[in-house]
Amino acid sequence: MKIKIGAGILAFFALAAILGPLLIDADPAATSDAGLQGPSAAHWLGTTQTGQDVLVQLVYGARVSLGVGVLSAVIATVLAVAVGLVGGYFGGAVDEVLSVLTNIFLVLPALPLIIVLAGYLPQRGVASVAVVIAVTGWAWGARVLRAQTLSVRRRDFVEAARAGGEGAFRVVFFEILPVLLPVIATSFLATVVAAILAEAGLSFLGLADLSTVSWGSMLYFAQNGQALLIGAWWWFIPPGLCIALIGTGLALVNFGIDEIANPRLRTIKPARRRPAREGKVKA
Amino acid sequence: MRFLARRLGFYLLTAWAAVTLNFLIPRLMPGDPVDLLVARLKGNVDPAAIDAMKRAFGISDANLWQQYVDYLGNLSRGELGRSITFFPTEVSTVIADSLPWTIGVVGVATLISYVVGTALGVLMAWRRGTWLDGVLPAATFMHAVPYFWVALALVFVFGVTLEWFPVSRAYALDVVPGLTGEFAGSVVYHAALPAITIVLASMADRILGMRNVMVTTLGEDYVVMAEAKGLTSRRVMWAYAARNAILPNITSFALSLGFVVGGSVLTEIVFSYPGIGSMLLKGVENEDFPLMQGIFLVISLAVLVANFLADLAYVILDPRTRQ
Repeated sequence: MKIKIGAGILAFFALAAILGPLLIDADPAATSDAGLQGPSAAHWLGTTQTGQDVLVQLVYGARVSLGVGVLSAVIATVLAVAVGLVGGYFGGAVDEVLSVLTNIFLVLPALPLIIVLAGYLPQRGVASVAVVIAVTGWAWGARVLRAQTLSVRRRDFVEAARAGGEGAFRVVFFEILPVLLPVIATSFLATVVAAILAEAGLSFLGLADLSTVSWGSMLYFAQNGQALLIGAWWWFIPPGLCIALIGTGLALVNFGIDEIANPRLRTIKPARRRPAREGKVKA
Repeated sequence: MRFLARRLGFYLLTAWAAVTLNFLIPRLMPGDPVDLLVARLKGNVDPAAIDAMKRAFGISDANLWQQYVDYLGNLSRGELGRSITFFPTEVSTVIADSLPWTIGVVGVATLISYVVGTALGVLMAWRRGTWLDGVLPAATFMHAVPYFWVALALVFVFGVTLEWFPVSRAYALDVVPGLTGEFAGSVVYHAALPAITIVLASMADRILGMRNVMVTTLGEDYVVMAEAKGLTSRRVMWAYAARNAILPNITSFALSLGFVVGGSVLTEIVFSYPGIGSMLLKGVENEDFPLMQGIFLVISLAVLVANFLADLAYVILDPRTRQ
């Protein structure tokens, strides 16, 4: 159930990002005289200070926010797979070095590092921002994948492949990798959400590409356009809500999977503890 | 003790990595800070000034290794260069002025969020199947909310609409800083909303994490045994189940610290709180590279120290690590 709801939310936003701009044919940057209007039939989510339609911005922004999220998650996952699988499979000195590297990136605070790196970018385009986020966001996946590789590498089919004379590269990427695909997929999804959050934070600070509409840049302009002081809640609530909902969708999928693996986590009434407490109430 | 020694070694290594990253970033990123500044000034800079700036940034024609040695030497004397934004103030002075604000708010908020979130997680696992389960969906939602968006919402509701709390600065304009009750009150009053933001945004992770570990622990035989012995519910819940469930919780808390600090940077900026996060943004906006890097270094070291403290707590709580 949780998995279905979570997957539904994620699918909804993915579809909105892909199809939305095709359905709503408007320019998200187009300004009009009708500035700072609350939600109405003409503008479902109201307008910004310069009369841009918030709903149109939200839909087009989804494409940029999710796009940056997916792009940097792809880069980060490739890094994580390379580091995690190679370290876990080869062990020894290679593993030591890669593990330390992973743990260092895990401990260093990502967002300040992203901010500093973005500060040095000559142009802050969508792609370069995605790369910067990916560079700081691969460590968690690498750690999980290393642990999984350790448990898989002694299994019979891996030993058989090795005995059959397959090269190390082939064993790692054609024998072990396919088995780990579910783990890679979960870690990929988590990285997408983390990257969306990081991009939103960066745009909110005005450190990403502000000429393209994304959820983060919407929040940047809302903050700098004094949306809070004017009381224009329809301007800054929707983008943040969308980010939080995507995160919720992912969390639901994860929790649902956890509950399958560990049924105790489900929120049903446990029968074991009840008699004791009822007894206590009576006494 | 071997555990602590190993962790300490790792943190020293990580500190070295942070320092080295700090050294390498400006040298590896496209265009050095001086070129960026010159480009900004449209090239109307005489070569002597460019040379002076390069020296100020520690960029010289010497080989990379010599530069690195010089850099480490400066660092060991606490020299982080001069800030461009607040010229001619030293970066170390700017950091020393803003760091106490951040440590105060973020430190207290993180502790509150940890204690309250963990306690809630314990209760929710213990009282599974009661109304407390209703917290779960809320926590699931809050767990992914961006910090700065929580900050914006709180500013909007409690700052602008209800006018209960101030929405910027660290203390009121008409209060003289000093060891007076009035000043302390003003500081606490101004820190309230930023602190609440951090507590709200970071607590969900603690609740969910602790609940899940605790639920698993409750199924262990020794918990059933404790109940069978007729111990009070409170004793079983805290001294038997929670006592053991806390260990993975501390580990995940330590790992989330970097994330909390990142969120706090954004929170400070929303509230124009004069901490290190606001300074970091000022540094980036003004292309103030010495300030940016100094702050990144200090934040990284602070996170490392906090991680080490979490390790200490782990050692105290888990006798197995003391062998």
